[in-house]
Amino acid sequence: MQHWWFPANASSYGGQLDSLFFVILYITGAVFLIVEVALLYFLFRYRRGANQTATYIEGSTAAEIVWTTIPAAICIFLALFSQRLWSEIKDPDRIPPDAVPLEITAKQFEWHIRYPGPDGRQGSDDDFSKRNELHVVVGRNYAFRLTSEDVIHSFFVPVFRLKQDAVPGMHLSGWFRPTSTGQWEIACAELCGLGHYRMRGRVWVHTAEDFDRWQASQAAGAAPAAPPADSVASSGARAS
Amino acid sequence: MSTATVAAEHAARGRHEDRPFIRKYVFSTDHKIIGIQFLFLSLLFLLAGGLLAMTIRWQLGFPGQPMPGGGVMPETMAPGGVVLPEFYNALVTMHGTFMVFFAIMPLLVGVFANYLIPLKIGAPDMAFPTLNMWSFWLMIPAGTLMLASFFVEGGAAAAGWTAYAPLSANPEYSGVSAGQQLWCLSLIVFALSSLLGSVNYITTVVNLRAPGMTWFRMPLSIWALFVTAILAILAVPILAGALIMLLFDQTLGTHFFLPAEGGQPLLWQHLFWFFGHPEVYILILPAMGITSDVISNGSRKPIFGYHSMVYALIGIAFLGWIVWGHHMFQSGMNPTLGTTFMASTLVIAVPSAIKVFNWLGTMWRGSIHFTTPMLNGVAFVSMFVIGGLSGMFMAAAPVDIYIHDTYFIVAHIHYVLFGGSLFAIFAGIYFWFPSMFGRMMSERLGKIHFVLTFVTYNLTFFPMHILGMGGHMRRIYDPSQYEFLRPLMPMNRFITISAFLLLAAQLPFMVNFVWSLFRGKKAELNPWRDNGLEWTVPSPPPHGNFAETPTVYRGPYEFSSPLAEEDFLPQNRPVAAP
Ligand SMILES: [Cu+2]
Ligand SMILES: [Cu+2]
Repeated sequence: MQHWWFPANASSYGGQLDSLFFVILYITGAVFLIVEVALLYFLFRYRRGANQTATYIEGSTAAEIVWTTIPAAICIFLALFSQRLWSEIKDPDRIPPDAVPLEITAKQFEWHIRYPGPDGRQGSDDDFSKRNELHVVVGRNYAFRLTSEDVIHSFFVPVFRLKQDAVPGMHLSGWFRPTSTGQWEIACAELCGLGHYRMRGRVWVHTAEDFDRWQASQAAGAAPAAPPADSVASSGARAS
Repeated sequence: MSTATVAAEHAARGRHEDRPFIRKYVFSTDHKIIGIQFLFLSLLFLLAGGLLAMTIRWQLGFPGQPMPGGGVMPETMAPGGVVLPEFYNALVTMHGTFMVFFAIMPLLVGVFANYLIPLKIGAPDMAFPTLNMWSFWLMIPAGTLMLASFFVEGGAAAAGWTAYAPLSANPEYSGVSAGQQLWCLSLIVFALSSLLGSVNYITTVVNLRAPGMTWFRMPLSIWALFVTAILAILAVPILAGALIMLLFDQTLGTHFFLPAEGGQPLLWQHLFWFFGHPEVYILILPAMGITSDVISNGSRKPIFGYHSMVYALIGIAFLGWIVWGHHMFQSGMNPTLGTTFMASTLVIAVPSAIKVFNWLGTMWRGSIHFTTPMLNGVAFVSMFVIGGLSGMFMAAAPVDIYIHDTYFIVAHIHYVLFGGSLFAIFAGIYFWFPSMFGRMMSERLGKIHFVLTFVTYNLTFFPMHILGMGGHMRRIYDPSQYEFLRPLMPMNRFITISAFLLLAAQLPFMVNFVWSLFRGKKAELNPWRDNGLEWTVPSPPPHGNFAETPTVYRGPYEFSSPLAEEDFLPQNRPVAAP
């Protein structure tokens, strides 16, 4: 896939995140143009040859008020406008209740993903784990609990517009809903040591049928997974 | 302490000219010499940091290929000129560390606070000249420890300049033990140096202003350096404390940041950024002050909205304490706190905007002289706008989810610290070089340097925004490992080539600097036709600065005043009431 811009979006909230980016791009782009054009115009219009004598002006209270209140209004608008999406993505109370639970454990330099198995529950006998492989079903909600065994990593799925640090000693929750089928990459976004640059995983977004077929093949071949790292704090609560 | 007693003390100590060379130019207590010592030292570190950046860029543009001239690097770092991953992590760490702590901060504060404060407020020297000497000489062990860390077993620190624990706290995770400890020690010594300097700057500004130099007659450069010193005296001890905790975790078996024994990795981030965000303003406020002085002078017009410029500085300094969490949106910090930090971070854009508009207002209806300092000052304004506006993207926490830890952040910080701080530093060096050394720098070489730097700088750093939008992570040794980053490799190569040109564009500056030191045109009195007190004395000013304590009658920006025949009116020139 050739791109210089955003990669494809494949999650429910990714489109809104991209739109917010572009809203900010238009606002800041307009400010940028106004300031730089004014700057270039002044440099040309009031250059020494064209304007031999400068006008003695110390300032203007009206101007100060204008260029304090307008940026303030824009910034407050942006904060309020961004807040909705931020809480939709990150508020632990807003994780969809029907979400499939995943346990993701980072360690130097790999991702371990523990699936709930056919019963849809973590901590039961049919759980199984995969290394660097995230398999999910399009249109289904997923809630993950993320932790690390050693240093801080950051779970980054560019096509989902999803990033969350994995912190040792903490179990951080988040969610996503894939919106199109395909196969993409998982990256580590936080410097985590020597192999940081190759801490790469893969994500497959399947149709439900494909996923069931894949899951059945796992259950047949895989040994039972170890119990989740911290089954006491298994609610979606965020340590903070 | 009053100005008079300091002057008397100076007289009592005997004439400077009688002192041995070593007290005059080496262990000097003269603020001007100390400022110049900081200038030489931090320019060397700037060059060293730049060379580290070239090595980073080579690896990113041409991963795994031997770097031209890279054969000089030891086997343990880059065998055959091919950078090793462990050395790459050390390179990114040390590039950031050199630039922030040993280049930009001492260039802005060590050089200009030392050199300008006494001269511009009409004082004979700093309030505590001996402490001031120590603040410079502590930088030597600090810098030596940092440089030495490259050559110890395991190499230099490799946990990033932000040294996130537990990677930085436990050598088992990073493979670096002695190097990381030296990093901590070096920065603890650096912190001490910075504190000694700051105590001095604050005391000097509060106590040693010449008669008539009221607070609101101080140049904005001095206001900015004063506010910066207050920020530093409050922020740097937090860094020092955190570093001591980190060093204890590494050496004494404490577990402040190690979770297995009950420590908190996020505690490090809170402490580091509680220092680190004010530090960002330490690195930009003095640049804003220098730019204000230079732009008013170059436009031959009073600075527009002097008072609101001062209040904006103070506003930034206050708000700067409540925004640190914007570095931690994805860290696992409670997302409700994220909301708070998003709001405070967006609000802090307002005083910065005020400053930009006031600089534009200053140029409006001026008579703009395109001197080299002015060109660099204007570049500061236009590039700081980009750096400030790109900050809005990561301030919006949901957008930050995607661009956090990508090249978008790298682009942003370089627009602020290179496009902002460094252009202002160039402006300041070109502007005050005549005062420091009694000779002018070549305007022709200066303009060549400016144009080449401005162009190659933008070619280097602007495309990094686009890499970031493509999802390109920071601090990765080999982007071609990822399929989704492979299409960005041509852009990576383009940036690398631009970066090498950017380094080459510094040659005219180096030539100009060295040549002008010895051969530059002798500076006439007040070559920029400025109003500051530093230009009312010969260049370079003698020990003790002022033959007699100047009296100040007005602010520093009275250009094109109707009260004066010329287009400037020095602060100490009495004028009969019209
Ligand atoms: Cu990692
Ligand atoms: Cu910050």
